[in-house]
Amino acid sequence: MLLWIGFAVTVAAVFSYVPVFVPYPITRDIPWANLLLFLLGGWMLALGLRRAFGQPEWYRGKISGAVMGVLALALFGLFCWGLFVFARHIPAADSAPKIGQQAPDFTLTDAKGEPVSLADLRKSGNAVLLIFYRGYW
Amino acid sequence: MRSFQSNLGEFRKRGVRIAAISVDSNFESSKLCLEQGYTFDFLSDPQGEVIRSYGVLHPAGGEKSRDIARPAEFLVDSRGVIRWVNLTDNIRVRARPQAVLQQFDRLIGGPAVTVLRGAPGSQL
Repeated sequence: MLLWIGFAVTVAAVFSYVPVFVPYPITRDIPWANLLLFLLGGWMLALGLRRAFGQPEWYRGKISGAVMGVLALALFGLFCWGLFVFARHIPAADSAPKIGQQAPDFTLTDAKGEPVSLADLRKSGNAVLLIFYRGYW
Repeated sequence: MRSFQSNLGEFRKRGVRIAAISVDSNFESSKLCLEQGYTFDFLSDPQGEVIRSYGVLHPAGGEKSRDIARPAEFLVDSRGVIRWVNLTDNIRVRARPQAVLQQFDRLIGGPAVTVLRGAPGSQL
């Protein structure tokens, strides 16, 4: 039972990140909430495995526990790779215009399909914050 | 994006327009705005030309090796001069609205213009 709960917590640690913790910068920038969940799940799995192997007359789960333990480790590895390695795989943007330079003008279409230029955005003395984002395709 | 939407009043107070740019189509952007309730501009750059001119293209970064934008923020003043740039090295870690507002106040001018531009949250 402990093994199953531990495994469930580990799975939750992976899949809760995007829907639950990404919307809040405090749990997104450093995924401490997910790492805590991993720690909890890992601790339960370890305890469950120790019981299964130490007192097999009382506790079951030698095989299922070992399988879940390996899967949990793999999930943890995937999570760390995704967040700490893959997320940093972005080009350096060395050719980006520098502070003090004129921002390249442009004309693009907005969500309604209407053309909008940088000059339009700056009209009536506005400053403009341009947010480039990956998009949702 | 959500945090910028919820701080939109603070940006308006200071006379800062927000424009989000990606390779998404107009249709995709309008769907996003509708779903999330975003009211600032979402500009569509499907060929990535503007994204390239700002040096923030991520070649083959998207699905099916599509060229997309890497996350980045540029603060441009009313004369069109770039005053602040944020080029993250991690797609998860983005500029927060408070940080941008702080930079604006430091570099360009604080919310002193508020009175001239109308009450907080009013339409400019």
